Amino acid sequence: MMNRREFCKRTILIAGGVALPLAALELFDPRRLMAEKERGEKVRWVFLVDTYKCVGCGFCVKACKIENETTYDANVSRTWVERYVVTKDGRTLIDSPKAARDGFTTARIDQNAHGMAEVKEDEIAKGFFVPKLCNQCDNPPCVQVCPVGATYSTADGVVLVDRKWCIGCGYCVMGCPYGVRFFHPVYHVAEKCNFCYHRLKQGMKTACVDACPFGARLVGNLLDPDDPVAKIIATERVSVLKEEYGTKPQVFYRGLTMEVK
Amino acid sequence: MKNHVWRPLYIALLLVAVGVVAGYILVPADFGVHERGYMYGWYRKSNEQEWQAVSVKYRTGASCIPCHRDKYDDIKNSPHGTISCENCHGPLLDHPKNPVSLEINRSRSLCLRCHARLPYNGSLRAAIRGINPETHHPQAECMMCHYPHNPKRPGQKREVRS
Repeated sequence: MMNRREFCKRTILIAGGVALPLAALELFDPRRLMAEKERGEKVRWVFLVDTYKCVGCGFCVKACKIENETTYDANVSRTWVERYVVTKDGRTLIDSPKAARDGFTTARIDQNAHGMAEVKEDEIAKGFFVPKLCNQCDNPPCVQVCPVGATYSTADGVVLVDRKWCIGCGYCVMGCPYGVRFFHPVYHVAEKCNFCYHRLKQGMKTACVDACPFGARLVGNLLDPDDPVAKIIATERVSVLKEEYGTKPQVFYRGLTMEVK
Repeated sequence: MKNHVWRPLYIALLLVAVGVVAGYILVPADFGVHERGYMYGWYRKSNEQEWQAVSVKYRTGASCIPCHRDKYDDIKNSPHGTISCENCHGPLLDHPKNPVSLEINRSRSLCLRCHARLPYNGSLRAAIRGINPETHHPQAECMMCHYPHNPKRPGQKREVRS
């Protein structure tokens, strides 16, 4: 039989043992810590969108869909452009017909089940376009939820999807707060913008950046102090989407307002 | 303890062993934790190369210069100079080998991407000269009156009227 003293001692020992995190058992290795600090990645791809410059021509979406073969006529796209029209009486009308693949060629705003909304010119308080794409978050929630390791963040900060590994469970599609993920109509696996990884790695810019006639889209390396995009992000007023989610997006915007979600 | 208690445990251990062996055989050697750590960097490394091997379809306007210097200079010095050749003519991809792969898009909808007038003061769109596509010669091709490579080319509209 166990006496009371023995019982208390063992209880404390077991409770303490259970509470001990596994990390505490790892040996402290200063060489490893130094290596982590010194390795310091040289490239961190970031994107800059200037909403003042965007005219909603949609050439970026067209180029993206062709470059990345996201089935031209399917209603999915890695990037899209949203139109925001805020009226003087406080309504906000938003649309993105066909992801703006064919641009915005009419003043009528697609309100889905409510038909096309007409806003008279003198009723418009502000109108503008906001291009959207994957934010390549530093803390990507889509990666955390993947049960099979099919989506991941590369050393240079781009989130990729392994088409051979993806099982199509859709957790990442649900997990992304920005709604940038979808199922590829042909491959039936998760699909998303990857900053045209094949182009960046060749020293080119993304297809959408090359297609934009107005410089509303820019891509650069945040860790290069001489990079023009890194300079703008460091010195000018830029913001990100849904900062409160703690995802640390790496797509920066100029000219966002509270209407943009 | 009696045998009937141990037997299911042996089966469970056997299943775990089968799982470990199958994982060892089926999971590629480059699958594991990489630069971004376990939370964000647990993946198959060779997939990075697979993505890098995707073919580049849009090769930028600079690729057009060797053969189409005249057209390139024409548009570069006009207000349309910032528009990439491939925006209107399609991706270069197989072009010199297969000339048919490029298009000459004369549709109104192409021009309307920028020139349908939208009075959105918060964007550059309001500053672009625009038309109402429903009232501005709805049956006509834009190119009948406007030269796309250089909209400022003098005499273009007069030629059409005569």
